Amino acid sequence: MTAALALHGVSKAFGTNRALNDVSFAVGRGEVHALVGENGAGKSTLMRVAFGLIPPDAGEVTIDGNAARVESPRVARAAGVGMVHQHFTSIGSFTVEENLWLAAGRVGHPSGRPPISNATAVDELRAALWRGLDRTAAAETLPVSAKQRLELLQALATGADILLLDEPTALLAPAEIEALLALLRSFARGGGAVVLISHKLSDVFAVADRITVLRRGRVVLEGRRSELTSPEVAAAMVGGEIEPPPAPAATGAVRIEAGPLRVQAGEVVGIAAIEGNGQRSLLRALAGLEPMASGWRSEAPVAFLPGDRTTEGLIAGFSLTENLVLGHDRDARWTRGPWIDWGEAERWMGVLIDRFEIKAGSPRVPVSSLSGGNQQKVLFAKIAASSPAVVIAENPTRGLDFKATVELHHELRRLASTGVAVLFHSPDLDEVLSHSDRVVVLRGGELLPVRSTATRAEVGTMMAAGVGG
Amino acid sequence: MDPTVDFLAAAIRIATPLLLAALGEMLTERSGVLNLSVEGAMLAGCLASALGAHWSGSPYFGLATGALGGLAVATVFSLVAIRGRVDQVIVGTALTLGTIGVTGLWYRWAFGAEGLGLTLPTVVWTPTVIAGALVVTVSVLLRSTIGLRLRAVGESAVAARAIGIGVERYRAAATAVGGLLAGLGGATLVLGQVGTFAERMTAGRGFIAIAIVVLGRWHPIGVMLAAVGFGALTALQFAFQAVGIALPYQLFLMLPYLVALAALAGFGWRARAPADLGRSLS
Amino acid sequence: MTAVWRAIGVGLIALGVLAATLAVLGFDPVAGLAALGRNSVGSWYAWSSATLVRAIPLIIIGLGLGLAFRAGAFNIGAEGQFAAGAIAATGTAMVMGSWPGPVSWVATAAVSTVAGALWVLIPVVLKLRLGVLEVISTLLLNFVAEQMVSWMVQGPLQEPQGIYPQSAPIPADVRLPVLAGTRLHLGVVWVILLGTVLWIVIGRTRWGFRLRAVGEAPVAASVAGRIPVGGVQAAALLLSGGLAGLAGGLEVTGVTYSLYQNLSPGYGFTAIAVALIARLHPLGIIVAGVGFGALEAGASGMQREAGIPAVAVNVVQATIIIVALLALRKRRVAAVAEA
Repeated sequence: MTAALALHGVSKAFGTNRALNDVSFAVGRGEVHALVGENGAGKSTLMRVAFGLIPPDAGEVTIDGNAARVESPRVARAAGVGMVHQHFTSIGSFTVEENLWLAAGRVGHPSGRPPISNATAVDELRAALWRGLDRTAAAETLPVSAKQRLELLQALATGADILLLDEPTALLAPAEIEALLALLRSFARGGGAVVLISHKLSDVFAVADRITVLRRGRVVLEGRRSELTSPEVAAAMVGGEIEPPPAPAATGAVRIEAGPLRVQAGEVVGIAAIEGNGQRSLLRALAGLEPMASGWRSEAPVAFLPGDRTTEGLIAGFSLTENLVLGHDRDARWTRGPWIDWGEAERWMGVLIDRFEIKAGSPRVPVSSLSGGNQQKVLFAKIAASSPAVVIAENPTRGLDFKATVELHHELRRLASTGVAVLFHSPDLDEVLSHSDRVVVLRGGELLPVRSTATRAEVGTMMAAGVGG
Repeated sequence: MDPTVDFLAAAIRIATPLLLAALGEMLTERSGVLNLSVEGAMLAGCLASALGAHWSGSPYFGLATGALGGLAVATVFSLVAIRGRVDQVIVGTALTLGTIGVTGLWYRWAFGAEGLGLTLPTVVWTPTVIAGALVVTVSVLLRSTIGLRLRAVGESAVAARAIGIGVERYRAAATAVGGLLAGLGGATLVLGQVGTFAERMTAGRGFIAIAIVVLGRWHPIGVMLAAVGFGALTALQFAFQAVGIALPYQLFLMLPYLVALAALAGFGWRARAPADLGRSLS
Repeated sequence: MTAVWRAIGVGLIALGVLAATLAVLGFDPVAGLAALGRNSVGSWYAWSSATLVRAIPLIIIGLGLGLAFRAGAFNIGAEGQFAAGAIAATGTAMVMGSWPGPVSWVATAAVSTVAGALWVLIPVVLKLRLGVLEVISTLLLNFVAEQMVSWMVQGPLQEPQGIYPQSAPIPADVRLPVLAGTRLHLGVVWVILLGTVLWIVIGRTRWGFRLRAVGEAPVAASVAGRIPVGGVQAAALLLSGGLAGLAGGLEVTGVTYSLYQNLSPGYGFTAIAVALIARLHPLGIIVAGVGFGALEAGASGMQREAGIPAVAVNVVQATIIIVALLALRKRRVAAVAEA
């Protein structure tokens, strides 16, 4: 069988960093091929080469067996390849229709409306994605799941039947993820080809026919799903074993109270919620950044780990020391009245660099020169240095890879074991379920207690009930 | 003559150069470029139109050279700010400063130390007709495929690039059109109103055009209304003088700016600016 | 050290561009540049009575703008705030003619500072309450201030004969003392004082740190730093307006001794360039201010002695800004490549 899309011996280096090293990868029609790996393993780079966004240093791309010079996304799209990027690419102020016209290349293009017939797999998929979508609504007003469907429609606007999807389920609720994966399956059954990038092994094993694991720019494992197991794939991704976390140690002293949400010192409580159900306001209110509802309380000092590390948690252009002082500019360890003793602050940052094993040249380098995982460690160092009673973390593993995610949850657990009350939220239900002592669901701004015996499916239903789209 | 007709004629005559420059700046801003060198481009248009009309004896030729003068300034802006990716606000400010210098020197070189009491051939309503036609053209253009792409570039360069639109090409083109129209606006000032060139004669009109873009909410019809409103407020002083009301005339000269400020405050317009406005590509 | 060489390089390029422009347009570049040099740095008198006198307003306005830009607030209305300060100083000087010198020097400085801050208060309120961009609002108020001066010198503050559009000369006691044999006035003390204080405050104190954090990353400053971003920006804008007002007051009490139209040859705009090419560093602003002051001083000399229009110097200033930015950009690209 000729592959719909194949990359042969592709290499790509950015400076001295070899992002891809002689990688070959193929997806056939009728097939969903999952591409998994840690951050920086080269998954996105590989797909960007296939879509013409990055020229490879070596290797070639073939589409339906023909060597193709995919030098721009325009060429890729003309050859029937569509890509859904990790971040939304629809334009917020444009209507659904305008976004699709833009993707299709001209105003008035028929892709701006639902398809008339269901003759082909593409039409069938498009019809399913259009369900409940208003073509005159501005993209920024759509709920997350509808935005994600719009992204897919944009990829399909030029009639693509080879789809490259980069983490399409990251922000979706369990039921929405299942529905999306089912659509992709039937699209493949009808003759389409799908490449799915994901770090959620549950998604991968639910839908993929083949799995390829990349690590440090090389293919380390490749095979049919039926021949592989989840632990095997995880080990291949990380390149080793992962140590188990410390045990919970709740003490009974209640540190956070907000209706049915109560967090005791020493425990980790997770908030399960679909994007846009009020988690942002809830967490920020409890962190003291927004006004709290009456009767709520969270014990000071509160440390907050914002959802967007690079724009909210840290100042990228500032040094590590300056970031330590940020938010702690009245700390007696390095301030006297209005004066900041930078020498003393730098000494403290040096201590924290050692203790948290932060890979940084010195406390003076800008935070922007650190990797995502090390930036997260700087945030943690800041929090530890402030000896908080409460830690509130908003999607703390966003953008982190598998290993760094595990380490982060260990750190949260370690904080809890020293008597801190930890509250965290992640849009990934599995992450919430597997890393908290107790779970509370937030739906439409309302907190709902969850029985300790509730199953994953029950929690999923509680999250989604009454939510449209 | 009927004072109302006089007033309206004055309002439209004052509004025309502003409208031309503001339409150009609006297109530029819709592509995500904040070009603060409109003032310089208008001034270059003034001098180039004076030279062109003086040399050829035809005001229409002067309009054309004026537009090219504006284009010249926009081209430098394009090279430094878009290609060179230097901060747009600073480049725009610096270019305005530089244009004041170059036009001052050039004028002196062309017409001698005394300057020339130029009396140029004039046009009266041609630029107004052009401006009106442009309002219609630009309104239609924004709804076309090219307009859709232009807006996409201004809203999100990243998204536009992801679907293969040449972001820098669109931005450079929109900046060039902006320069042409600012130059035409300057030419109108010389050939339609003043009849001669003087150093720094634009006196801040380029900056007013930028404010008009904001007041008109980045839409051609809105820009037209804002420009005409500004023209009417400025023309008001003549009307009051004619009626003989004794207030310091400076109050009338302040009025358009104060009303513009009040209008900005009243609109709550912030959310409507193109999302990528003023951001250089990374 | 490389910074010094780079600055010299940028300056030489700009003078080269000026020479080329003059040659192309048929002026004598040698005579022009000679006159420029002679009247700016060629003698002690040129230094003290032309260059530094023009540098004082550029530096004081530039220091204030440096604060505002560091906080991420783009005040381009310094020209108007300067005028507000000048009007206030003139008015104050008229009523306190018989007060002892030092008292009136401080009083006129204080009143003009407050006037400058008040002039920027409207944009500040509009920004905080309604989200109106200060770039546009401060700009619009420049035009209003221009008319305000025009009205003052033809109305309330016009000289007693009512002939010339200017104020009467301010009383002798209110005039700032000058260094013997020169025109260098007390304002130079303000420059040294403000430059030093701001340098220390920005680098060493909590306020300076918060200012930098807000300008560098307002969202992170608010979330991670728990800093009231709007308040910090408002304070920086008010200070920048206040300093521009002070510069206007010093110009009237130290240089012109009376108020008239076009008192400022664009100091408010030139100071933007001064602040930016100094990368907002207070000491750098002093150096850049002296450099641009020399250009302004040399430009008048060039017009007087070589018949070259003073606006020629705008070409130099524009070239300096653009070349300096291109040079800085290259370095940033290099830094990214290293990382």
